[in-house]
Amino acid sequence: MSTNKVIHAIYTDDDILMDAVKASRAAHHHIEEVYTPFPVHGLDKAMGLAPTRIAIASFLYGVVGLTVAANLLNYIMIVDWPQDIGGKPSFAFYQNLPAFVPVLFELTVFFAAHLMVITFYLRSRLWPFKQAENPDVRTTDDHFLMEVAVNGNEEDMISFFKNTGAVEVKVIDKH
Amino acid sequence: MYTFSNKLKTFAFVLMALGLLGIAYGFLTAPKTTADVEKILAESHHDGHHTAAPAHAEAVKAIEEVKDAAVHGEKVSDSAVATLAATVEAHADSTATHADTTHAAVAHANKAPHNDAHKAEAHHGAEADAHKEHEAHLEHVLHQLQNKPWAALYVACIFFLLISVGVLAFYAIQWAAQAGWSPVLFRVMEGITAYLLPGSIIFLILLVLSGMHMNHLFAWMAEGVTDPKSEHYDAIIAGKSGFLNVPFFLGRAIVFLLGWNLYRHFSRKNSLAQDNATDDSFYKKNFKMAAGFLAFFIVTESISSWDWIMSVDPHWYSTLFGWYVFASFFVSGITTIAFVTLYLKSKGYLEFVNTSHIHDLAKFMFGISVFWTYLWFSQFMLMWYSNIPEEVTYFVTRIEHFKLPFFGMVVMNFVLPILILINTDFKRLTWVIVMAGIIILTGHYIDFFNMIMPATVGDQWFIGVSEISSLLFFFGLFIFVVFTALTKSPLLAKRNPLIEESKHFHY
Repeated sequence: MSTNKVIHAIYTDDDILMDAVKASRAAHHHIEEVYTPFPVHGLDKAMGLAPTRIAIASFLYGVVGLTVAANLLNYIMIVDWPQDIGGKPSFAFYQNLPAFVPVLFELTVFFAAHLMVITFYLRSRLWPFKQAENPDVRTTDDHFLMEVAVNGNEEDMISFFKNTGAVEVKVIDKH
Repeated sequence: MYTFSNKLKTFAFVLMALGLLGIAYGFLTAPKTTADVEKILAESHHDGHHTAAPAHAEAVKAIEEVKDAAVHGEKVSDSAVATLAATVEAHADSTATHADTTHAAVAHANKAPHNDAHKAEAHHGAEADAHKEHEAHLEHVLHQLQNKPWAALYVACIFFLLISVGVLAFYAIQWAAQAGWSPVLFRVMEGITAYLLPGSIIFLILLVLSGMHMNHLFAWMAEGVTDPKSEHYDAIIAGKSGFLNVPFFLGRAIVFLLGWNLYRHFSRKNSLAQDNATDDSFYKKNFKMAAGFLAFFIVTESISSWDWIMSVDPHWYSTLFGWYVFASFFVSGITTIAFVTLYLKSKGYLEFVNTSHIHDLAKFMFGISVFWTYLWFSQFMLMWYSNIPEEVTYFVTRIEHFKLPFFGMVVMNFVLPILILINTDFKRLTWVIVMAGIIILTGHYIDFFNMIMPATVGDQWFIGVSEISSLLFFFGLFIFVVFTALTKSPLLAKRNPLIEESKHFHY
C-alpha cells in the first residue's frame, strides 16, 4: 500500500484495448482510468462502470421547467392582470391553455437540456480554464492508455500488460 | 415454419361470429321511422336528463304565461316579453341536450309581441312552426340513428385497413432506408400486410354501398345537394362537386387501394424470391419499388384521408389532415408489429429477435405517438386560436358532444405513452410494451371514432353493441388473415443482404 505508482499501458487499437480491459478485470487488477481519443463502444460495460443517471436528472429538470412555465403564465395571464386580449378567455388557466402550450413546451425543453448540460459539466469537472488531465498527448490522437494501480509485484504486472498487446508499458510515480 | 395454433384460430372465429351477430343486431334495431325516434327520445329524456328536465319545464311555463297573456288580450309590454325571452334563452343554454325543442320555444316566445292582437290564427301558426321544427328535428335524429350501425362498421373497417397500410408504409421505409435492424421482422410485417387485400375489398364495398345511397355517411352524396332547384341544395358542397362526386370518388379509391395492394403483392413476392436467389437482384428490385411506393403512398394517403375521412364533414377542411391521419395509423401499425412479434417470440418462433429489436419498435411507438400529438395539437390550436366560425365548428361539436373521447384520446395517445415508454429499461419489458400498446391502439380507435362519428351520428353517439361488435368482427378477421399468412413462409428471410446484421443487432 505504500506506493503511489501506476502502470500506464498504451495500445494502438481499440479492439486490443477492449480485450486488455477484460483480461485485467479478470486478473483483478484495478483499472483507475482509460484514456481514448474517441468513444469506444462497450468500454464502460467492460470496465464495469455504473450506468449514468443523467437522463433521470434531465427528466426531473423538465418537470421543473414545466412547473415554472405553468406558474409564470398562470400568474401573469390569469391572476395578475386578466386582460381581454383579442377575445381569448383569461378566466381560468385551462381555458386559455392551448395558447400557453408552445411556451410550456419550450421551457420544459430549455430546462431539461440546459440544466442537464450544466449537470454534466459539474459532474465531469469541466470548465473553460481547467488544467487538462492528459497523461500522454498521443491519447487525443491515435493511442489508448489504460492506467492501473500497482499492487504487489511490479515486474509481474509489467509482463502481464506486455502480454495484453500493449505497445508500451510505463511505471509512473503519481504525485 | 409457423403453425397457426388451433386455440387462436377458434378465438378468431368466435370474434367474427360474435361480431357478425352484433352488427346484424345493430342494423335490425336501428329505427325505421320518425315515430320510433320519438319513442327513443322520450325514453332517453326520462332516463338521462333529470338535471335538464326542470329547467326545461320552467322554460315551458314561462312561454305558457306569455301565451296566456296574449290569448287574454292583455297588452304585453315589449320589455316584459324581452325579459321572459331572456329567461327562456338562459334556460336554453343550460339545457344543451334540448337545444332543438327550446329553440322552438324561444321562437314561440319571440312571436308573442306580434300576437298583441291575440289572433287565434297567429297562435296556431306559431304552433304549426314549432311542430314543423319538431318534425325536422326527428328527421335529423332519425338519420343519425340510422347512420349509427353504418358508422360503427365504417370506423372499425377503416381502422383495421389503415393499420395494415401503416405496417406497409413502415415496411417500405425499412427497405428504402436499408435498415440493418429490421430484416428479421420482415416476415412479420409481410404477414400483417396480408390483411390489406381483404380489408380493402370490404372497405371498397362499404364505399360503393354509400355511393348507392344505402346510408347517409357522406352528406355530399345525398340526392339534390348539387341541384339548385332542390330543397336540399347546398352551395358549398355544389362548389366542391368537381372533386366530391361519386364516380370520381370511387375511381380514386380503387386506384389508391390497387396501388397499395400491388406494391404489397410484388414486394412480398420478391422478398420470398430473394430467399432462393443466387444474387441480390430481387433485393435491388424491392429497394427501388419501396422508394417508388413511398412517393406514391404519401400523395395517395393524403388524398384518401380527404376522401374517406375529411369528406364526412364536407363543409370543413384542414391542410395538415393527411399527415394527422397518417401519424394516427402509422403508430397503430408499429404497435401491431410489436404485438405480433412479441406473440410469436413468446411462442418460440422468432429465434433471432432480441430485446433490442423490441426496444427499437417501442422507440418508434413512443416517437410517433409524440408526432401524432404534435399534429393533433397543431390542428386544434390553430383553429382554436383564430376561431374562424367556418372551421372551428369542427372542434365545437367535438368538445360539446364528445368531450370524454376527444380529450380522453389525448391522454391515451400522448400522456400515458410518453410516461410509460420514456424509460429505456421499460422499452425492453414485454408486459410494459403490451400495456402501452393496448392503450395506444384503443386511443387511436377512439381517434378514428372522433373523426367519423360527430359528422355521421352527432350527439347520438355511444360505444355500444354496434361499435364493439364491428370492432370484434374486424379484429377476428385480422387475426385470422394475418396468422394464416404467417404460416405460408419461413419466419426468417434467408438471403437478405442485411439479415446477418439484423440477427446480431443489439442496442
